Amino acid sequence: MIYWEIFLAFFIPGILGYGGGPASIPLIENEVVTRYGWMNVQEFSEVLALGNALPGPIATKMAGYIGYDVAGIPGAAIGVFATVAPSLLLIIVLLSILYKYKNSPKVKRMTLYIRPVIGILLGVMAWRFFSESYEGIGLWQTVILMLVSYLLLERMKVHPAFVIIGALIYGGFFL
Amino acid sequence: MRNHWNIFIAFFRVGILGYGGGPSSIPLVHKEVVDNFKWMNDEEFGDLLALGNTLPGPIATKLAGYIGYRVSGVLGMINAVLATILPTIFLMILLLSSLSSIKEYDWVQGMTATVIPIVGVMLATLTWQFIHKAGKGMGWLQTGLVLLIVFVLLQVLHIHPGLIIAALLILALVKKDKAPNTEENITGREGDPS
Repeated sequence: MIYWEIFLAFFIPGILGYGGGPASIPLIENEVVTRYGWMNVQEFSEVLALGNALPGPIATKMAGYIGYDVAGIPGAAIGVFATVAPSLLLIIVLLSILYKYKNSPKVKRMTLYIRPVIGILLGVMAWRFFSESYEGIGLWQTVILMLVSYLLLERMKVHPAFVIIGALIYGGFFL
Repeated sequence: MRNHWNIFIAFFRVGILGYGGGPSSIPLVHKEVVDNFKWMNDEEFGDLLALGNTLPGPIATKLAGYIGYRVSGVLGMINAVLATILPTIFLMILLLSSLSSIKEYDWVQGMTATVIPIVGVMLATLTWQFIHKAGKGMGWLQTGLVLLIVFVLLQVLHIHPGLIIAALLILALVKKDKAPNTEENITGREGDPS
């Protein structure tokens, strides 16, 4: 039953992939290449390369494309559903419980305690993006893009959409 | 109807502008949800982000789905998730069935490369906002200390962030409250309209 296999192949990485979509990529590869043999490693890395170059969450792009490749549009729908639904249901239930007691000092303390962790996590992510950029397009391009986008986003309050579209055009012409 | 249109637009923009996988969409979601449409405040967004990081699965769809659900129920949830993921899945299928060799991806990757440092700047700004709030909430000395400890745990000892967040959440739950009888207050709050 191909649909059931697609469901399992994306349900397992979705439920085991702690750390967001990128963390689940090796797990998806394990299911798709090793267990079910829908693709070889070469094909998988080509799909991954294009997926990384396109915007949006990576895990759902992989699930959508591979599901489509294996079993057409129903396959894509099942792959995406298996990736998204379990963890989404979990977070809605947990946050609904949490906000039922949002005035309790315990829940307020939770918010207070986790704030520095979120700060560090975001900081580390920012650093990872900077170093990826440094490796990809070099120091000067990175620094200039950082300065210009900081000025536009934070000083002149330009909407990120325009800044990103501008960067895409710049990248298309000059890199 | 208006809400649904807003949800769609907000998460369509997030999905189509977030280069670099799910994490790159975090500052974009923050921009739309907190600054633009004011569906939640910074504290709630922080809670959502923390829990989202603790639970498995892609982060972007967890954020989108939860926010969509909060703004207008199950339909809002479906709308937000689809707006986040569908455009790029279509793009992916379209490109993979029309391009024949990996060489042809190069121009796509060249365009994407310039967006990466910009996402970095957005993440760094969001980082500063969270640290600034923490500093105001519990004092700068304590915040500095906590930041240092968390940094060592995460980056030097490589402890998974989900574990640290889960541990802190449990600590916040079991720690005794200063005022007496709060235990009863909490359990008695079920019918509270707030």
